Amino acid sequence: MTDLALSPPLSRPWGRLALRWLLFTLLGVFALFYLMPLFVMVTTSLKSLEEIRTGSLIAFPREVTFEAWKTAWSGACTGIQCEGLRPYFWNSVVLAIPAVLISTFVGAMNGYVIAQWRFRGANLIFSLLLFGCFIPFQVVLLPMARMLGILGLAGSIPGLIFVHVIYGIGFTTLFFRNYYVTIPSELVKAAKVDGAGFFRIFWSIFLPLSLPIVVVTVIWQFTQIWNDFLFGVSFSQAGTQPVTVALNNIVNSTTGVKEYNVDMAAAIIAALPTLIVYVVAGKYFIRGLTAGSVKG
Amino acid sequence: MSPILDISNLYKNYGSTEILKDINVSIEPGDFLVLVGPSGCGKSTLLNCIAGLEPITSGRIEIGGRDMTHVSPKDRDIAMVFQSYALYPTMSVAKNITFGMKVRGVDAATQEAKLNEVARQLQIEPLLNRRPGQLSGGQRQRVAMGRALVRDPKLFLFDEPLSNLDAKLRVEMRMEIKKLHHNLGATMVYVTHDQIEAMTLATKIVVMKGGVVQQIGSPSEIYNTPANLFVADFMGSPAMNLIPARARSNGNGTEIEIARDNDAPIVLRDVHARNLPEDVILGLRPEDIAQAGFRAGEDVQQAACMIDMVEPAGADTYVVSNLGGKQVTARLHAETAARPGEMLDLAFDLGKVSYFAPDSGERLN
Amino acid sequence: MTEWLERHVPKMVLAPSFVAVLIFVYGFIIWTAWVSLTRSRLLPKYEIEGFIQYERLFASPRWDTAMSNLVVFGVLFIVIAMVLGLLLAILLDQNIRTEGALRTIYLYPMALSMIVTGTAWKWIMNPGLGIENMVRGWGFENFSFDWIIDPDMAIYAVVIAGIWQSSGFVMALFLAGLRSVDGEIIKAAQVDGIPTWRIYSAIIIPSMAPIFLSAFIVLAHLAIKSFDLVIALTGGGPGYATDLPATYMYAMAFSRGDIGQAASSAMVMMAVVFAIVVPYLYSELRAKRD
Repeated sequence: MTDLALSPPLSRPWGRLALRWLLFTLLGVFALFYLMPLFVMVTTSLKSLEEIRTGSLIAFPREVTFEAWKTAWSGACTGIQCEGLRPYFWNSVVLAIPAVLISTFVGAMNGYVIAQWRFRGANLIFSLLLFGCFIPFQVVLLPMARMLGILGLAGSIPGLIFVHVIYGIGFTTLFFRNYYVTIPSELVKAAKVDGAGFFRIFWSIFLPLSLPIVVVTVIWQFTQIWNDFLFGVSFSQAGTQPVTVALNNIVNSTTGVKEYNVDMAAAIIAALPTLIVYVVAGKYFIRGLTAGSVKG
Repeated sequence: MSPILDISNLYKNYGSTEILKDINVSIEPGDFLVLVGPSGCGKSTLLNCIAGLEPITSGRIEIGGRDMTHVSPKDRDIAMVFQSYALYPTMSVAKNITFGMKVRGVDAATQEAKLNEVARQLQIEPLLNRRPGQLSGGQRQRVAMGRALVRDPKLFLFDEPLSNLDAKLRVEMRMEIKKLHHNLGATMVYVTHDQIEAMTLATKIVVMKGGVVQQIGSPSEIYNTPANLFVADFMGSPAMNLIPARARSNGNGTEIEIARDNDAPIVLRDVHARNLPEDVILGLRPEDIAQAGFRAGEDVQQAACMIDMVEPAGADTYVVSNLGGKQVTARLHAETAARPGEMLDLAFDLGKVSYFAPDSGERLN
Repeated sequence: MTEWLERHVPKMVLAPSFVAVLIFVYGFIIWTAWVSLTRSRLLPKYEIEGFIQYERLFASPRWDTAMSNLVVFGVLFIVIAMVLGLLLAILLDQNIRTEGALRTIYLYPMALSMIVTGTAWKWIMNPGLGIENMVRGWGFENFSFDWIIDPDMAIYAVVIAGIWQSSGFVMALFLAGLRSVDGEIIKAAQVDGIPTWRIYSAIIIPSMAPIFLSAFIVLAHLAIKSFDLVIALTGGGPGYATDLPATYMYAMAFSRGDIGQAASSAMVMMAVVFAIVVPYLYSELRAKRD
């Protein structure tokens, strides 16, 4: 805590009170600003199209209906197919889980080596990896598209997993490296004297210590991969698209009547997994965000 | 007896910087070797080299008569206690102690038996199921020792094991380590920057500075006949008085003349000293300068000195006088009547004196 | 043999990542740079022809729009998100009992996909049924809010959605920064009778300079890479009115079949990112070595 509250002299209690009111009013207004879109999304998704046309944006639904959710999940059209979000939602699941696990594991091993088994050139490799986090991915889109073709992975889910792992390693390595450098190097020395080797030390000593950073990394990677659009739209084809791409297709599909309630339901469905992660493990989410940006 | 640890012509470089230069040390079974020096002198690096945790640039390390220069730490038959204790944070005390045996494939019954033996020896039986995070500093220290003891190695290595403890605990643990050494008859190599630890524990001390061995010897050799100015200054507290003086040989011995600011020089006669150069640095420990009348013997010489400062320290009282441009400390008995600003007769015991060359710093007598 | 293996295991573990980064980051950058110097259209060609693609790029009115949009979007997005983030952080730092809940509310947009954010705001700013309709329903018949379909204003609609998404993150950064300021300095200032706003403006905020820098880097990076938000919110339209370099590059690469243009625009994007990030990374790495 900063120990610093707006605290005018006690001789003017009314001044202090007014200031506190102003403070809470401001905080409340901002809270409304951030909550409003979510509120609008939820209420719109529960209204009928008729009510949307006649009612106000921020009104509660007069009659709650889950029709839009049903359509969004299994009937909405993404271009010519009309299967809803469901197949694409599962595409994202099938894609995110291995990509998150592999990139986290590789990052853990890399971080362990860079932080605890320094060798000549290790720092250079770390700098190279770190730079990789900052490139705009546009610069690798074209060659990657060709490379996936050469590898026979074009338009496939394994291809997308591969891409997410490659470009996720920089961040996962950074996370683990920054965590493992805080562990005294004497631990490795003691284990070496005890006769343990590289993998044994990782497995018996470092991995059991790593739960917090594993959680941070998994959440970070999951959010990144689930929310990704650029790789998804560039490297997938009909049938292998992730949920973000399908959502965009539903919203921008030009066939038929514009169903705003279905759009909103679909948006919430696409957002739900990361929102749940955020609500359940917000602390780790924030730690990942700040660790990814503050510590270089 | 053949040496249990024999280091010859060891060099260690990081890139172009020399960290250790031509180290030659050897110790016998049962020795307690202390590596002492200021921070950055290379003592911990040397210990890591002995353990095999750092590769050496050239030279040879033998342990128990076998060439271990390129052998990995686990095969050197050593055990090590670290400054931060380096206990495995997610393992219980018992697991910490048995981890090494588990890695080496020792059977469970033997592990159990050895664990119990060591736990009893160190009185840590009630702690066996705790995690390191739940232990006090002193308890962690004991566990770290237990992890080393259970190995029953040829050589114990200690890297400043007491420096994270508070002053009282440090004295206690020092006694325990000494007792342990005595009871086990084990051979130990111990790194510290604390010269008192070095003096109390060692059977043999290596004083290092800048990666170079300054002197190797028993505690009393190091204390009484320091090989150079650095050792003289580093070992002992308060430090040895090092007073610039002029030496003049005459028929039977040497006259030592110490200049003073507002007074005639003091002249001391040393009947043993021979062939000293004209400029010398005279080294006398505070306890070898006493109040006149409290120290007798053929080598004791007296001179009246102006007392600048009096520092009662309980058991003793230290007085400071300006001689030869230096603050010279004398250790007097507690009831001394010395007062700052008054003259006092001090007795200099030249039987204990050291002479050093001012330029090279080397010992002359 | 086992000795040798033991010594080299760490290198072997790091090697695959090293090779992957060499190929998929640095090799690919070189590939793109190379192709940007050729006459590649639908298929890449490898005969270097000089800077013709860059000449075409800078002569293209669409790229011109994209770059000026990037400036408008980047400046507004970064400045407003920083100011708003700092304000929220200071407000939250006043011993608020509900701080945890408020922080959660301010930050949740960061967990959403830009596509979701774009979809939501597209609906909210819908001229017929969104805010415009709502305010007219309150009796302001002449109220108009149609930025999203107005070529001159649409980029500001993108700014609003972008700020909504990212300002909470800046708040989290600054809040962490405020909390890490040495409490004794603040106590000393309070003992000296310095008013609270002066303590913030003269002591706390200046000491957070590194955090400002971090926030700036992250936001600038987000701005340059902005792609999904524009796609979902306006699709780059009306016309090309909200095109950004990222959407231009994508259009050239995947719908126009103009690989040369795509490669050269990607290289310009990278140059912009590196102009911002490289000095920062360099100073970070150097500071760590000292």
